[in-house]
Amino acid sequence: MAIVFKKPRSMTDTHMHYCPGCGHGVAHRLVAEVIDELNVREETIAVAPVGCAVLAYDYWDFDVTESAHGRAPAVATGIKRVFPDKVVFTYQGDGDLISIGGNELLHCANRGENITVVFINNTVYGMTGGQMAPTTLPGQKTTTTPLGRDPATEGHPIRVCELLSSIPGVKYLERVSLDKTANIIKARKALMKAFQAQLDKKGFSLVEMLTPCPTNWGMNAHESLKFISNDVIKYFPTGVIKDEL
Amino acid sequence: MTKILIKGNIAIAESAVIAGCRYYFGYPITPQNEIPMYLSGRLPEAGGVFVQAESELAAINMVFGAAATGARVMTTTSSPGYSLMQEGISYIAAAELPCVLANIMRGGPGLGNIAPAQADYFQAVKGGGHGDYRLIVLAPQSVQETADLTMEAFNLADRYRNPVLLLLDGLLALMSEPVELPKPDRIEKYPKEWALTGAKGRSRNVIRTLWLNPDDRVTKHNCHLLEKYDRIRNELIKYETYKTEDADLIIVAYGTSARVSRTGIDLARQAGIKAGLIRPVTLWPFPEKVIRDAAGPGKKFLSVEMSMGQLVEDVRLAVNGKSEVHHFGIGGGWVPTEVEVFEKIKELV
Ligand SMILES: Cc1ncc(C[n+]2csc(CCOP(=O)(O)OP(=O)(O)O)c2C)c(N)n1
Repeated sequence: MAIVFKKPRSMTDTHMHYCPGCGHGVAHRLVAEVIDELNVREETIAVAPVGCAVLAYDYWDFDVTESAHGRAPAVATGIKRVFPDKVVFTYQGDGDLISIGGNELLHCANRGENITVVFINNTVYGMTGGQMAPTTLPGQKTTTTPLGRDPATEGHPIRVCELLSSIPGVKYLERVSLDKTANIIKARKALMKAFQAQLDKKGFSLVEMLTPCPTNWGMNAHESLKFISNDVIKYFPTGVIKDEL
Repeated sequence: MTKILIKGNIAIAESAVIAGCRYYFGYPITPQNEIPMYLSGRLPEAGGVFVQAESELAAINMVFGAAATGARVMTTTSSPGYSLMQEGISYIAAAELPCVLANIMRGGPGLGNIAPAQADYFQAVKGGGHGDYRLIVLAPQSVQETADLTMEAFNLADRYRNPVLLLLDGLLALMSEPVELPKPDRIEKYPKEWALTGAKGRSRNVIRTLWLNPDDRVTKHNCHLLEKYDRIRNELIKYETYKTEDADLIIVAYGTSARVSRTGIDLARQAGIKAGLIRPVTLWPFPEKVIRDAAGPGKKFLSVEMSMGQLVEDVRLAVNGKSEVHHFGIGGGWVPTEVEVFEKIKELV
């Protein structure tokens, strides 16, 4: 009997701690599949964030380091400057990437560091209890915006891909969504492109994934996927934002 | 034996290169700017990498990344920048990554000024960032010793898998003296099987500071760190004594303050006053025992430091009530003169 589906080589057997319906597990697997397909597991060094994915190093079977909250792009810079030929990527949530770590992201991108950022946009701070993130939608209720985010006082959600697109060192930016199977297949393709860009030494690449956080959105898994399809995508349109490959 | 005339800052920079450091990440701040300026040319020439980071926060995390690969790496800064690095230093200490840091101290608190000071002592030896951790802290008093201790700093960092801090006041960093640079044969090599190099032919390596599992707790990690710190305490304490045997008054001082105090002690001796000096070279681990053993009834201790009184607290702890302990110094640009030190000795004895 032919095996048609199995665990990627780059994943461990560890049980994930993620909540039911969370997007991190799918995103982890997509990354592992792409690392396997490119046959670079033994060349890969990943930088895990502070956020729900802090334990990513328990789930990936390649070299991984933790980093302080938001500092992953700086840590990745240090690694990549020592090993320009290895595959170096960061995996970061919205709070990690564009709130506390905004400056590290911006300057890492501006130096055109030849790394890949996997950006998990779930519109909230998952780990600390569903507080407002820089990507929380206008009107979206979170534990620190009980009446809904008010752009007049809390600002508008930050569109990271659009923000980075004017930077010359940034070569590939794509926003994808994990709400449907068809879109998950697109997400995998986007990751392939971004990692291939790194292998080709093109410069900075980032894939933003819109992912569900049922627990902190107060929804079940199914509702949370619909929320992405109907609401999140409206503010964060999917597609290739920049392709200079 | 060829000697060259260089500043303390350049002694750090060139000795680091000789010690095999090929990666430097830093952000400009006076009075240590000569280090990044020098290395921005020198490192590429030596096949290394210089990156001007966007902040000290980024710089220390770049150091984290490079250190995680097992490479010899350094950052340098001055007081306000060193404050900004504290988060990263706590993580580096927790992850047990070897690296070398230098803080060229200037006046504080706040933006303070750019004059020499020794007011970051607490921050250097008591932690600075969060959690129970220690840095090895080395305090040279001359440009020659700066060069030698820079080489040693890289060896100690690798030997103990621990960040090592060179703590200098701005005067020492900007002062030129003839120096014989350390020889590369002083480089000590330690295996780094823990480093992130890609999981080729081995199982994956993970560098972490989070310990959530009940059987894998932070308490356990802290006990492991303490064991290492105790080993460092047993193996590493370095100090110099000067005329302490018969001294009625012993000055404890490091860096520029120690150097000036020594001349002040000579003046006192000429005036018939028995004064001596204990100069810690390692500020952590602190040479507690030599101070404690020298203490006793009738003897006085004086901490001379370019701060409002920080080192004096460790002297008091070491003396443990057996002698009077006094402080002499101001932070923010004041540098003691030998005559001032002599006058202070006279006042006390
Ligand atoms: C310096 C610092 N500040 C705050 C925190 C607390 N903290 C941990 S995770 C987190 C937010 C994570 O949110 P995000 O990056 O969106 O990732 P998610 O958990 O949603 O995947 C915060 C604020 C911390 N660990 N360190």
